[in-house]
Amino acid sequence: MFGLSTFKHGVHPREYKELSNQLPIRRLPFAPTLVLPLSQHAGKPSVPLVQPGQEVVRGQPIAAADGFMSVPLHAPATGRIKRIELMPTARGPKTDSFILEVYQGSNQQHSYDNPQDLAKLQGKDIVQLVQDAGMVGLGGAAFPTHVKMTPPPEHQVDTLVANGCECEPYLTCDHRIMLEQPEQLIQGTRLIMRALGVERAIIGIEDNKLDAVKAISELLPAHDPITVQAVETKYPQGAEKMLIKSVLGRSVPPGSFPSAVGVSVFNVGTLAQIGELLPHGRGVIERVVTVSGPGVEHPGNYLVPVGTPVRFLLEHAGVTSGAHEVILGGPMMGMSVSALDVPVTKAMSGMVVLEQNDPDLHKQQAHPCIRCGWCVEACPMQLNPSMLGMLAASSDYDEMANDYHLNDCFECGSCSYVCPSNIPLVQYFRIAKSVLRERAEVA
Amino acid sequence: MSPWLNFFIAVGFMASLGLALAMVLVIANRRLFVYEDPKIDEVEDLLPHANCGACGTAGCRAFAEQLVAGEIQPAACTVNSAEMNQVIANFLGVELGSQEKLVARLACAGGNHVAKRYGNYQGIDSCRAAAMISGGGKGCVWGCLGLADCRDVCDFDAIVMDKYDLPQVISDNCTACGDCVDICPRDLFSLQPARHRLWVACKNLEKGEKAERECTVACNGCGRCAMDAPEDLISINNHLAVIDYTKNSLASRVAIERCPTGAIVWLEDGVNKGKEAVKIIRKQPLPLE
Repeated sequence: MFGLSTFKHGVHPREYKELSNQLPIRRLPFAPTLVLPLSQHAGKPSVPLVQPGQEVVRGQPIAAADGFMSVPLHAPATGRIKRIELMPTARGPKTDSFILEVYQGSNQQHSYDNPQDLAKLQGKDIVQLVQDAGMVGLGGAAFPTHVKMTPPPEHQVDTLVANGCECEPYLTCDHRIMLEQPEQLIQGTRLIMRALGVERAIIGIEDNKLDAVKAISELLPAHDPITVQAVETKYPQGAEKMLIKSVLGRSVPPGSFPSAVGVSVFNVGTLAQIGELLPHGRGVIERVVTVSGPGVEHPGNYLVPVGTPVRFLLEHAGVTSGAHEVILGGPMMGMSVSALDVPVTKAMSGMVVLEQNDPDLHKQQAHPCIRCGWCVEACPMQLNPSMLGMLAASSDYDEMANDYHLNDCFECGSCSYVCPSNIPLVQYFRIAKSVLRERAEVA
Repeated sequence: MSPWLNFFIAVGFMASLGLALAMVLVIANRRLFVYEDPKIDEVEDLLPHANCGACGTAGCRAFAEQLVAGEIQPAACTVNSAEMNQVIANFLGVELGSQEKLVARLACAGGNHVAKRYGNYQGIDSCRAAAMISGGGKGCVWGCLGLADCRDVCDFDAIVMDKYDLPQVISDNCTACGDCVDICPRDLFSLQPARHRLWVACKNLEKGEKAERECTVACNGCGRCAMDAPEDLISINNHLAVIDYTKNSLASRVAIERCPTGAIVWLEDGVNKGKEAVKIIRKQPLPLE
């Protein structure tokens, strides 16, 4: 392990990647009804373009972007829009969603192409095409990709970093994409490099996926501006700021974006989709989702149409009788869902099903902090979670934010993971942040 | 030199030094003197020292200062008893003033015997933490989560959780300080004048059967209350009945009588539902779906 570049601190949770990382991506059939929330991205919800009752074909835009901080939405299957109504989402609140009744004969053919001559495209055309594709960060943040491609003018971006770390346990969708679609990944990377006007791109991959490093390196000619770099397997290597530190040695100042140090970071799944969709002028209508965990009978990676209810996906992958908790995303940062009617959205990278007897799920009582300092050693942002936790217990939220840099915490959960007293630190920080956000809104 | 001389020099030096410093203190006391009305201290002693902020000032001391300055009336303190406020008014020789009695009211009646739950929340005992994890498992995403953040924040023991995990406000204890209004992650509490008897105990924005599927006592937006009530007292906004309290004088029990779910209630000697409201017989929590 020595010699590999990495960041300070972090944790090493058990990976469980072997459940699904050797299996090729499989295509999931259409669910009879798809649920398509108008807000699957950070920013303003999109505006419907079609009426209830109207027929749509696979790939057709059904909602338009509402301004720059928004992206359009495309129909993942041919069918009829039944209605637009409030439907539950994984985050909790109900939002306006299309209910799309899929026709029985609906096939995988794209009926809505808008082919592009890639050689002629200028930088701003690419940005526009990426927005038209409804592209968001597929790693989980759901931040509109075209916004990331337009850094503020005062920031000079010189390097593109492709994030192929996938440091969450269980998840292997990015791994499979890098193995199965390296051409599209390289194509997408070159397109974004042209749009950003950068000379250099680094694909950072954790060293537990050396086959992916090999698969991509083989396709790159010598002295190519794109390089592949293996980094240490450590959680949260896939966090933007950690990866920049690992591959470039640059530290992003607190409270600013990576473009402040001349870097733009994109998830490899996002880049591969851009490489595949942009030449045809298509939109994001499906994504690769890892379905894994001890509660799943057939773990694997599935190519899932956006809007497929989680229940349908679970029925296909099979659920064991002991299945107890369903987590969307990875087990470190993901969130358990209360209703299986929620749909797969663009930003959902995985689904982990845990069983009742799973030791990780075993509920243990929280004990007082013994000041062992493990959380301080684990925190990748070099915060003091122990102190923050004690302040949270006494509701001293302002002090947390002003003196202990609460807002630098990106909720990776390393502190809760190592805490021998089982203190749910990151949950306390989420409460604190939510209270402070509300106060800021009131003020 | 005789030892006595040393002694007198030392005593004399200390005495003159003490005198000089005393002079400084005397001058400072004269020049930097701030007159403070002794009445402020006495009025403060008559206040409840709750420092709750319900009167709108920063605390009891600030309230006492404003009282003595005549900027606020004694009745603005809702924590003090009426007799004590009268004592303050007599002491200062001012009008008692009138303060409308405000109470915190919860816009939800979805206890665990009527509102469905789809997931079992395990984690910190806090509504705010639960609300962040997929909405805490409750079917109605607008409803009360029942983990008692409001009870814990209340300084006056004015909120108790009933057997259906729903907070109940004890009006007599409530000082309308607004802490529960701030803490509730679903914004279910609001401060209402006690004379507002007509109340919609629901915030569900869904329509008809979809609303009733999640909770037996949800407002389904049928609009009967709006039709029966006089002159736009009630309007239906996003499938939810909204009362225009500027027309509160028109409010009567007529509006609640035909409500099929009992979401709109008349608060007088307890909670009164209309004649046609569905009867809730169930006493146990609903099973998880």
